[in-house]
Amino acid sequence: MPSQEVFSWLRTRFFPHIWCPGCGHGIIMHSLLRALVALDKKKSQTVIASGIGCSSRMAGYIDACTVHTTHGRSLAFATGIKLAKPELTVVDVMGDGDCTAIGGNHFIHACRRNIDITAVVMNNNIYGMTGGQASPTTPIGSIASTTPFGAIDPSFDICKLAEGAGASYVARATVANPKQAEQFIMKGIQNKGFSVVEIVTHCHTTFGRKNKRRTPIDNIN
Amino acid sequence: MSEIAFWQGNEAIAYGALAAECRFFGGYPITPSSEIAEILAEELPKRNGRFIQMEDEIAGIAAAIGGSIAGMKSLTATSGPGFSLKQENLGFAYMAEIPLVVVDVMRGGPSTGLPTKAAQQDVMQARWGTHGDHGTICYAPASVQECYEVTIRAFNAAERYRQPVLIMSDEIIGHMREKVVINEIDPSKLVTRKRPTDIPEKFVPYRPDPKDDLPCMASFGDGYTWHITGLTHNDWGFPTNDAQEIDKKMKRLMRKIDRFRDDIVEYETAFTEDAEVLVLAYGSVARSSLRAVHEARNRGIRAGFFRPVTLWPFPDKEVERLARKMKTIIVPELNCGQMVLEVERAVHGKAKVEPLNLVNGELFKPEDILKVIEEVA
Ligand SMILES: Cc1ncc(C[n+]2csc(CCOP(=O)(O)OP(=O)(O)O)c2C)c(N)n1
Ligand code: SF4
Ligand SMILES: [Mg+2]
Repeated sequence: MPSQEVFSWLRTRFFPHIWCPGCGHGIIMHSLLRALVALDKKKSQTVIASGIGCSSRMAGYIDACTVHTTHGRSLAFATGIKLAKPELTVVDVMGDGDCTAIGGNHFIHACRRNIDITAVVMNNNIYGMTGGQASPTTPIGSIASTTPFGAIDPSFDICKLAEGAGASYVARATVANPKQAEQFIMKGIQNKGFSVVEIVTHCHTTFGRKNKRRTPIDNIN
Repeated sequence: MSEIAFWQGNEAIAYGALAAECRFFGGYPITPSSEIAEILAEELPKRNGRFIQMEDEIAGIAAAIGGSIAGMKSLTATSGPGFSLKQENLGFAYMAEIPLVVVDVMRGGPSTGLPTKAAQQDVMQARWGTHGDHGTICYAPASVQECYEVTIRAFNAAERYRQPVLIMSDEIIGHMREKVVINEIDPSKLVTRKRPTDIPEKFVPYRPDPKDDLPCMASFGDGYTWHITGLTHNDWGFPTNDAQEIDKKMKRLMRKIDRFRDDIVEYETAFTEDAEVLVLAYGSVARSSLRAVHEARNRGIRAGFFRPVTLWPFPDKEVERLARKMKTIIVPELNCGQMVLEVERAVHGKAKVEPLNLVNGELFKPEDILKVIEEVA
């Protein structure tokens, strides 16, 4: 159960949320909220931006200044917000497709500018929201609805990409270790520059079903 | 007190934006609009404003929307190909009701087209470029002076109605130099978005004010927490699939324009009293058209002139009233016939509508238009 303080950051009036039972996105939201509470952030001074995807729906559930933008473009919106009001804490939550496919250009340029924003990338190796099509992080050989014979293209290593493009804090955690995810997000927010925290998660509903990993645990193991 | 300047249209838009208290520009360079960005790159930092050149036009408008969400009056400017790229996020600003001014200095198209030549081929894109229904406020300046003035009014409209407002300039207006009289701005004439007066716990971000049916707007960072989304949403800004809530939102979006149509519509007329032939033109083409009408009058032809300053809302009632007295309405445009469709809709068979189109990168000479006036008179 979330602590009372964490709970106060939730817009429970907007529940039930859209996530499937067992989805990792909720675990990540909890890690993020614990990090914000631990850093003593104020809701009205915290911006959560997101793009489009199951992961990006997170912005709506958090009681802060939240903006659920267009697919892949959230970092560009967040850049405008941060530039206009540098005193705000800006966290951008996004999916692997959102971040590395349609938003790839915005992602590398946010890294290059090293602007003080923390990107939390929820990598479930698939387009969850649209029903399990391949993403740029779908591993070679994996089955997706658009790669019925197995993915043939190499996938992105999000952390290497971020590092190469100039992000000043880069970390990777998994939903199997939410405490570590929380710590990395905290460090990311504390870093005065562009931070990328990739959190490896699962979409058992689409990726798992097609690749014979039916439970969340099968996906993380 | 007033000052005199000798500006290009693009300069006038940049200085008009500053006069309107625009403090944020996000964009990407493209001919023939780049001067707007270049001037603001220099001038905004002097006024504690923000300038950012983004990685593309999609990001340019996104950053400008972000600036507006954080409370700054924001601008983005572009031309043809860039205007196409901006359409998705333009739609976001309509749905999320974010004030913003977008300038398109039109050049020839489609595609890369004619980067250094004038055209008016994007005017229907201004109305319908982004997917989904929405009301449009769009100005088409016809002089450098008007670039300056219309930009101030565009910001006022964006802030008042909480939506993006478009300025469709063109390559001729953008790069032509003319004398501009800069009158001192009366600060009470500048509109700034209505701020919420409710305490944060009671704030409902999209609940319209019963007085004018328009919601107020908080900025990120000024004490309120709220949600912004491009999904169809209820008064709380939260996504909805409820038919009643969807209907309410969509109808209110459209009503913004319908209800205030008469406040927004602007046009100019000349010699319409006794005219039988009307030339209806906008932007740079209005300049050669007015000259042609003068010349026709010298030759004893009862010609008149009508210039929509707002392309949308289109001055349809006004055109319809005039059409009753006209034999023919000539509509010269630097495209294959776009606004003429709107004229036909307004006229509704009450006069003959004669399109006159040019898409070879050249401008209309007054003689070209005069010839048609003489033919139909
Ligand atoms: C311009 C545009 N193209 C496509 C879509 C459809 N779309 C919605 S979410 C999504 C993929 C989301 O995948 P990801 O970012 O990995 O998030 P997840 O759902 O897996 O958390 C796509 C393609 C869209 N909304 N907008
Ligand atoms: S479809 Fe996948 S990513 Fe989306 S909520 Fe369900 S489990 Fe999570
Ligand atoms: Mg995904």
